[in-house]
Amino acid sequence: MPTVSVKRDLLFRALGRTYTDEEFDELCFEFGLELDEITSEKEIISKEQGNEKAEGASDVVLYKIDVPANRYDLLCLEGLVRGLQVFKERIKAPVYKRVTPNGEIQKLIITEETARIRPYAVAAVLRNIKFTKDRYDSFIELQEKLHQNICRKRALVAIGTHDLDTLSGPFTYTAKRPSDIKFKPLNKTKEYTACELMNIYKTDNQLKHYLHIIENKPLFPVIYDSNGVVLSMPPIINGNHSKITVNTRNVFIECTGTDFTKAKIVLDVIVTMFSEYCENPFTVEAAEVVFPNGKSYTFPELAYRKEIVRADLINKKVGIRETPENIAKLLTRMHLKSEVIGDGNQIEIEIPPTRADVIHACDIVEDAAIAYGYNNIQMALPKTYTIANQFPLNKLTELLRYDMAAAGFTEALTFALCSQEDIADKLGLDISATKAVHISNPKTAEFQVARTTLLPGLLKTIAANRKMPLPLKLFEISDIVVKDSSRGKNKSPFSPAESILL
Amino acid sequence: MADGPVAEVLLRQLAAADGGLDSAELAAKLGVEHQAVVGAVKSLQALGEIIEAELRSTKRWELTAEGEEIAREGSHEARVFRSIPPEGLAQSELMRLPSGKVGFSKAMSNKWIRVDKSAADGPRVFRVVDSVEDEVQRRLQLVQGGQAEKLGEKERSELRKRKLLTEVTLKTYWVSKGSAFSTSISKQETELSPEMISSGSWRDRPFKPYNFLAHGVLPDSGHLHPLLKVRSELRQIFLEMGFTEMPTDNFIESSFWNFDALFQPQQHPARDQHDTFFLRDPAEALQLPMDYVHRVKRTHSQGGYGSQGYKYNWKLEEARKNLLRTHTTSASARALYRLAQKKPFTPAKYFSIDRVFRNETLDATHLAEFHQIEGVVADHGLTLGHLMGVLREFFTKLGITQLRFKPAYNPYTEPSMEVFSYHQGLRKWVEVGNSGIFRPEMLLPMGLPENVSVIAWGLSLERPTMINTASTTSGSWWATR
Repeated sequence: MPTVSVKRDLLFRALGRTYTDEEFDELCFEFGLELDEITSEKEIISKEQGNEKAEGASDVVLYKIDVPANRYDLLCLEGLVRGLQVFKERIKAPVYKRVTPNGEIQKLIITEETARIRPYAVAAVLRNIKFTKDRYDSFIELQEKLHQNICRKRALVAIGTHDLDTLSGPFTYTAKRPSDIKFKPLNKTKEYTACELMNIYKTDNQLKHYLHIIENKPLFPVIYDSNGVVLSMPPIINGNHSKITVNTRNVFIECTGTDFTKAKIVLDVIVTMFSEYCENPFTVEAAEVVFPNGKSYTFPELAYRKEIVRADLINKKVGIRETPENIAKLLTRMHLKSEVIGDGNQIEIEIPPTRADVIHACDIVEDAAIAYGYNNIQMALPKTYTIANQFPLNKLTELLRYDMAAAGFTEALTFALCSQEDIADKLGLDISATKAVHISNPKTAEFQVARTTLLPGLLKTIAANRKMPLPLKLFEISDIVVKDSSRGKNKSPFSPAESILL
Repeated sequence: MADGPVAEVLLRQLAAADGGLDSAELAAKLGVEHQAVVGAVKSLQALGEIIEAELRSTKRWELTAEGEEIAREGSHEARVFRSIPPEGLAQSELMRLPSGKVGFSKAMSNKWIRVDKSAADGPRVFRVVDSVEDEVQRRLQLVQGGQAEKLGEKERSELRKRKLLTEVTLKTYWVSKGSAFSTSISKQETELSPEMISSGSWRDRPFKPYNFLAHGVLPDSGHLHPLLKVRSELRQIFLEMGFTEMPTDNFIESSFWNFDALFQPQQHPARDQHDTFFLRDPAEALQLPMDYVHRVKRTHSQGGYGSQGYKYNWKLEEARKNLLRTHTTSASARALYRLAQKKPFTPAKYFSIDRVFRNETLDATHLAEFHQIEGVVADHGLTLGHLMGVLREFFTKLGITQLRFKPAYNPYTEPSMEVFSYHQGLRKWVEVGNSGIFRPEMLLPMGLPENVSVIAWGLSLERPTMINTASTTSGSWWATR
C-alpha cells in the first residue's frame, strides 16, 4: 500500500476544520484509507539515524496515510483533500477542462529512433500556476509516488516537469548515442555526456536504481527544445536549464514510457491534481504530440467516460435497498457524478479522469457500498445448501496424524525449501538423480530447491534438539515436490509419512 | 537427607555449639563438601522448626591458578633474578626461560637487575643486588594460609590486577537452634503399608509431607504440532459450514493460474522477482487450457465482459512462467474453472488450508513459507451482506465476535473488505482477514453464468495461532526445536 505523508495542519486547513487523531482515524477507516502513523520529521530522523542527527529537524506533525494501490488520485495532499471533501459533501467535484491556447500550441515531436527503447510520450502545460513551498514540495512528491507505483519505478513511465519560460518549443523527443548526448543535468554545475552521467549516477542512492532501464542500450532517449537545450534524458534525469522553482509560472510536463495507457493516466493525474493552483483553476493547456507515423494527438486526454448501471443491480450486489436517487447521491460523494435517467431505474455515472481505477461496473458497486458505509450493511447468510467433502489425501493425513501421535511420535513441521546438499549430497545422492525442482532466484542457499523427501527436515530437527533426552520420536506427513516430465508440470504426487525413531 | 549422617552430626554439633555454627566451617571441620552441609541444612529446614538457617555471603580472597604457581615456585621476577649467575646472562637466553619475559620487566622496575647493552656478544643482564625478598610470593602464601586480611587494600588490588588473586563470594548458612530443636529426628515414613493399617501403628509414625511443588514425571506421549492443531480446528469449522475441501497438493503453479486467471496484470509488482519464487527448472508450464487462455488474454489487453480491461500487451511467455504459489487463490481459480465447465451451474462452497511461498528476507516477523486459509462461496445473487454474514459465522466459530469491515483493494476482488476484530489484550482493532467478491473479469472468461457471484475470504493460519498461543512471532513453530 503506498503511503502518503502530509503535514497535519496543512491538511486540516485545506479541509476547513480540525480533527482529533481518533476522529481522523475514523474518517480514514470509512473512506478506505488507513492512518498508519503520526510522526514528525524529527522523529523519523531520530529513529533512523539517532537523536543528534535529528537536532534542528522539523517537528511539524506529519500524518502518514496508507492509500489503496489503485487510487492514483489520492497520492498527494491535494487529491486526499479533494476526495475527502467530496466524500463529506462539502464541495462538488471539480470539472477538469482541457483548453486550447490562444497563441501557439506546444508541440512534442517523436522521432522513430525512440521506437525501440521508449516509444511513447504525452505532454501538457499548466498555465499561470502559483506555487508556494508546500505546493512545490507536494508537486515533486507526487511525481515520486507515481514513479514508485503505477510507473513501476520509472520503467513503464517517467515524468519530467519543466519551466516552460526557460524553453522554446517545438520539442523533439528522440534517441541518440550516449556519447552524442551532452548537457548540464539537474543540480550539477557543468555539462556531462550521457556516458559520464551513467557512471556518476552509479553511486547516487536515488538514481542508481533506474540506470538499468537504458544502460547498455545503443541509443538513449532524450528530449530537446528548438534551441537544442536538453529538457531531460528519461528516465534518469532532467536538465538543469529547465528546472522548476517556487517562482515558476508555466510548467511543461512530459511523460515518456513503454506503456501508452499508463503514460496517459499519469499525465491526467498530475494535471488534475495541480491545475487547482492555475490562474484558471482546473484547466489544463493542451499540447500536441506527433508520432513518427505522422499521427497527431492532443493531450491531456482528461476523458470523462459515461457508464449506465441499473440501480437494482447495485442494490442487489451490495445487499441494500436504496432508491435510485440515493444511490446517485452516494456515488457522487465518491467523485462519480451520477444522476437518475430513463425509466427512473437507470443511473448514469460520469467517470472522471482521476478515477482510472474504475474499469467495470463492479468498481462502481464498491464505491456505492463505501459511501453507504460497509458497517451499515445488513448481514445475511447465503441460502446455499451444500454437502461438504473432504479431500481424500487430507482426510487420510488427519487419520494418520492422530494415530502417530497416539503411538508416541511428535509431529514436526519443516520447510519445503532447502539447499541442494540437503536432498542430494547429504543423502549420498547426485542432485541430477533427484528429479528436484530448482528455484531461479533464491535469496539464500536455503531456498535453492524444493524438497524431494521429508528426511532432511526431520534430521535437521533432531540435530537441533540433540540436547534433549532420548528417545526422540518424530514424524511429519506433508507434501514433497518431484518433477514429472511426462506432463511437463510439477506436482506433489503423494504425501509420504516419514518418521524417525532414535 | 534429613536423616543422613551429615544432618545428624550437624544437629549434635549445634546442640553443643554456643548460639550457632557456620556451614562452611562445619564442612571444613568434618572434612566434607560444603554442598553436602548445605543439603543437610535445607532438608532439616523442610522438617519444620528444628533449625533456623540464615543465608550469609562472605567474600574471600583466593589465589588464581597462576597465583598458586607463584606461591609455590616464587614470582617470575624472583625466578629471573635467581637464574642470573654472578657473571651475568645473555638477555636473549634469559628471555627464553619460562618466566623470562614477564619477570624481566618486573625485575628491572624493582631494580634487582640491570642490562649492559654494550656487552660483547649482545646485551647482558647482571644482578644489581645480592639477594632479594620475594614479597609477592610471601603475600600470596599469606592469602593461601587464610590470612588475607594481613595484606593492605593496595597490595591486594595490585595482586588482583596481576591476576594472581580473585575475590570469591561464598554463600554460607548460619545455623542456629529452632523452636522445635532436637538432636534426634525420627525417620519419616514415605509409604503407608497394610501392616501399619492393621496394627494401627500409623497413628504414631511421622509421615513425610507431600511436596506438591515437585516437577513430577512427564507422561510418555507423542505430540501434535500446535500450528497443525489449529489447521485441524479450521478444517473442522469449514466442514461444519458445508464447505468442500479443494485439492491443493501442488506447491508449484504457473503464473497463469496464480496471477493471470485472477485478472492480476502482468506488470503488477507482486509478480516481481523480489516477491515471488520463480522456477529455474522446470521454468515453463506447458499445459494450459488454450481457449480459456485466449479469453483471459483478451480481457487483460482489450477488455470485454463489461470491462475496459487494462489495455497493455499481454504476453503468453509471462503466463507460462512457473513459480511457487504465492496464495492458494490459484487453487480456488482452478476449482471455479472446473465448476464453470459443469452445466447446469450448481452452487458450491469450497475451502483450502495449505502452504504458500513468498520470496522475502527472513526476519522475526517474515517467513518465506506460511499457510493460507481460503473460503469461497459461489451462488446466484450473493451480496456483500452475505459475505459479511458468512464471515461473522466463521469468525464466531473461532471465538472472534466483534467485527468491523473496511474498504480495501485486491486486483481480483471488487468490492474488497478487510476484516478487523477488537483484540482485548492489545486494546485495538487488528486485521484478521481479507475478503471480497471476485471480479467479473475473472469469473466470466471461465464460463460462469453472469448472475453468479463468488464471495471469498482469506487469512493466514499463523495469525490466529499466534493469538491463541499468545506468541509474538510465528517463526518458532517452523524452527527445528
